[in-house]
Amino acid sequence: MNQNKQPGMSLIVQTVARWLKGFIFLYGVYIIFYGHLSPGGGFAGGVIVASTFVLLTLAFGKERSLGKLGKLLASELDSLGALMFLLIAVLGIAWGRIFFLNFIEKAVPTGNFKLFSAGIIPLCNVAIGIKVAASLFMIFIILAVIRVQEVKGRRRLVTTEKRRKE
Amino acid sequence: MIYAMCFILFLIGLYGATCKKNIVKIILGLVVMEYAVNLFLVLQGWRKNGQAPILDGRTNLEEFAARAVDPVPQALVLTSIVIGLGILSLMVAIAIRLYERYGTFDVTEMKRLKG
Amino acid sequence: MNDIIYLVALPLAMAFFIPMIGRKVRWLPDVLANATTLVLLILAGQTVGREGVYALGGWAAPLGIVLVLDSLSSLLLLIINLVSFMATLFSVDYLEKLYTSKLRYYSLFLLMVAGMNGTVLTGDFFNLFVFLEIASIASYALVGFGCEADELEASFKYLVIGSIASTFVLLAVALLYGRLATLNMAHVAWLLQQNGFDRVTTFAFVLLLVGFLVKGALIPFHAWLPDAHPSAPAPISAMLSGVLIKAIGIYVLIRLTYNVFGITPMLSALFTSIGVISMMIGVLLALGQWDFKRLLAYHSISQMGYVVLGIGLGTPLGLLGGLFHLLNHSLFKSLLFLDSGSVEYETGTRELEKMGNLSQKMPVTAGSTLVASLSISGIPPFNGFWSKLVIILAAVQAGRAGLAVWAVIGSILTLASFSKIQRYAFFGQGKDFEPGKWALYQEVPLLMRIPLLVLSTLCLAGGLILWGGLNGFWGPVVEVLLGGPADYIGSILGR
Repeated sequence: MNQNKQPGMSLIVQTVARWLKGFIFLYGVYIIFYGHLSPGGGFAGGVIVASTFVLLTLAFGKERSLGKLGKLLASELDSLGALMFLLIAVLGIAWGRIFFLNFIEKAVPTGNFKLFSAGIIPLCNVAIGIKVAASLFMIFIILAVIRVQEVKGRRRLVTTEKRRKE
Repeated sequence: MIYAMCFILFLIGLYGATCKKNIVKIILGLVVMEYAVNLFLVLQGWRKNGQAPILDGRTNLEEFAARAVDPVPQALVLTSIVIGLGILSLMVAIAIRLYERYGTFDVTEMKRLKG
Repeated sequence: MNDIIYLVALPLAMAFFIPMIGRKVRWLPDVLANATTLVLLILAGQTVGREGVYALGGWAAPLGIVLVLDSLSSLLLLIINLVSFMATLFSVDYLEKLYTSKLRYYSLFLLMVAGMNGTVLTGDFFNLFVFLEIASIASYALVGFGCEADELEASFKYLVIGSIASTFVLLAVALLYGRLATLNMAHVAWLLQQNGFDRVTTFAFVLLLVGFLVKGALIPFHAWLPDAHPSAPAPISAMLSGVLIKAIGIYVLIRLTYNVFGITPMLSALFTSIGVISMMIGVLLALGQWDFKRLLAYHSISQMGYVVLGIGLGTPLGLLGGLFHLLNHSLFKSLLFLDSGSVEYETGTRELEKMGNLSQKMPVTAGSTLVASLSISGIPPFNGFWSKLVIILAAVQAGRAGLAVWAVIGSILTLASFSKIQRYAFFGQGKDFEPGKWALYQEVPLLMRIPLLVLSTLCLAGGLILWGGLNGFWGPVVEVLLGGPADYIGSILGR
C-alpha cells in the first residue's frame, strides 16, 4: 500500500465512506432510540455506531478516526455508559425502593412525539449504546494498531506509529 | 433434527478447542461451540410463521399468545453473545501477546509450565 | 432488603468509576478501592442472620429475576468480602513495587468481586451464568496481568478450559429452559419435584455438574489451577484460591445439588470419592513442588477435597465440617498466598531453594506463615484442626471409617509439605541461598503487615468461631442444606 502518500484505501472507498458515514451513524442512533418499539436496541445500535468509526479507520487510516474519537475519550465514554446504566437502576431505589424499578410513567405509543413510551428502557438503551460503541471501537483500534515485529532479532509488540518511524 | 445438528456443531467446536494445536484454531473452536449453544438457545423460542413479540394497545392478547415467538431466549442469546464477544477479544489479545513471546501459534511449543 | 443489591452494584460502579477518575490523582485508586471493599465487608456483615428474597425491578419470583439471601449465602458473602478487603489492603504496596497499571488492576479486581457476590446471591439460572462469566473473565485477565510468557500461557490455558466449562453451563441452562420453560432456580426445583427427571433434565444436570467441577478445580478437572493460581499477582492468588474456586465452584455445586436438584445416594458417593481423590492426589503432587506458590496451589485442590468430602457425607455433622473447612481454608490459604507475596516482594523469587533464614529478617511474615501452616495441617488449637476434626468425626459417625483414615493421612502429608516450606524458607537455608542478598532483606511495609496479622488472628480464633456460633450461625447454615429443595422452594415461591 502507498503509505507514503496517503494512509488508508483507494479514492473510491474514501469517497463512498465519506458519503455514507453520516447515514450509518444516524441509523445506529435510530436503532438505539427505537429499541423499545421494534427489534434493535442498545447493543445492536451501538455496534452500528462503532462500525462507522471502524469504516473511517479502514478508509482513511486510524489518524482520522482517532481524531474524531480519541482513545482516552473512548475509554471515558465506555465507563460513562456503564455508570449511566447503573445510575438508572439505582434511581429506581430512590423512587420506589426497588432496584431497576421502571419509575418513569409508561405510555402506549400513539400519535406523534410519543417516542419515549417505555419508561426507563430507552434511557437504558442509550447508556448501553454509548458503552457498546465506545468499547467496540476501543477493541478494534487496539487490535488493529498493535503488530508483532522483529526488532534486532527480538520480537516486540509495536504500535504502527513506531513502525513507521523505523 | 435441527437440535441434533446444533449438538453436532457443538461437538465440532469442542473437538476444535480441545484437540487442535494451533491457538487460532482453538479460538475458532471455542467460538463455534459458543455459537452452537446460542443457536440452540434461540431456536427454543422459534415458531413457524411467528410474529415479533411486541405488544401495543391494539393487540389481541389471545392471538398474540398463539402466534408470538418467545422473547426470553432472544434476550438470553443477546447477553451470551456480548459475553462471547468479551471472551473472544480477551483471547485474541492474549494470543497476540503469546505470539510476541514465543514467535509461534503452536501450543506444543509453549511448555514453560508443567501442570 | 435494599442493601443486598449494593453488594453487587457498588463494586460494579467502582470498577468503572476508578479508571475514569483515577488517572489524575495518584493515591485516589488505592483509597477508593480499599474504601469500597471495606464498605462491602460491612454490608456483608449486616446480612448475617437475615433471610429474604429481593425481586429486581419489582417482578416477583417465577417470572422476574430474584436475589436470594439465606444463611449459606451470607457465609459466602462474609468470606468473599473479608478476603477481598485483605487483598486490596495488601495490594497497595505490593503492586507499587512489582506491577504497573493499578487502575486496570483495581477495575478488574472489583469486577471479580461483583461477579462473585452476584453468584452467591442469585436465584436465577441465567443470572448465575452471567455473574459466573463476569467473575471468570476478570480472573482470566488478572491471571495474565504480568504479561510474562508463563503468565500468558497459564492465562490462556485457564481461559480455554474455563470457557469450555462456561459453555457447558450455558448449554445446560438452554436445555433446562427448553424443557421446563423457566429460569428461576426454585421454580425449576418445584417442576422437577412435580414431574420428576427425564433424559433432558438429567443431561442438563450432568453438564452443570461438570461445568462447576471444572470451576471448582477438583481432580480430575484440576489441570488449569496449578498454573493459573501461581501466575497471578499474590493478592489475586489469594482471591482465586481463597474465594473464587469456592464462590463460583463449590458453592454453586452445593446449592444445585442440595437445594435445586436434590441430593441422591449416588451423588453423595460421587462427591465423597472425588473428595478423597482430590485430597490425596493434590497433596501428593504438592510434596514434589519447589515453587512456593505452586505448592500452595496444589494444596488448594487437596483442601477442597476435604470440603467436598464433608459435603458429600450429607449428615449434619459432615455439612458443618465441610462448610467450616470452607471458611477456614479461605482464611489460611489467602494468608499463605499473601505471605508468599511478601516473600516475593522482598526476595524477588518464588523458588524455595533460593530462600533462607527469613524468620530473622521478616518476623511478621514468618510468624503468620507458621500460623497458617499449622492451621492447614490441622494442628490444635488452630482453626484447621477443628474443621478436620469435625469432618473425621462425621465420617466415623456415618460408618465410613475408611474415609476418616484417608483424611488423617492427607493431613499428615500436608504437615510434611509445609515443614518443607518452613525448613527452606524461614528457619533453614536452600541450596542456592545467597547471604549477600539476605543481609538487605527487611520486613514488608505496614499496610502489607496488617492483613497478615488480621488473618493470623482469625486462624487462631478458629475454635471460638466454631463453638461460639454453633447454634446462632452454623445451625441455620446447615439447616438451609438439610431442608433440601422443599424448603428452598418454600422460601422463594411460597409453595
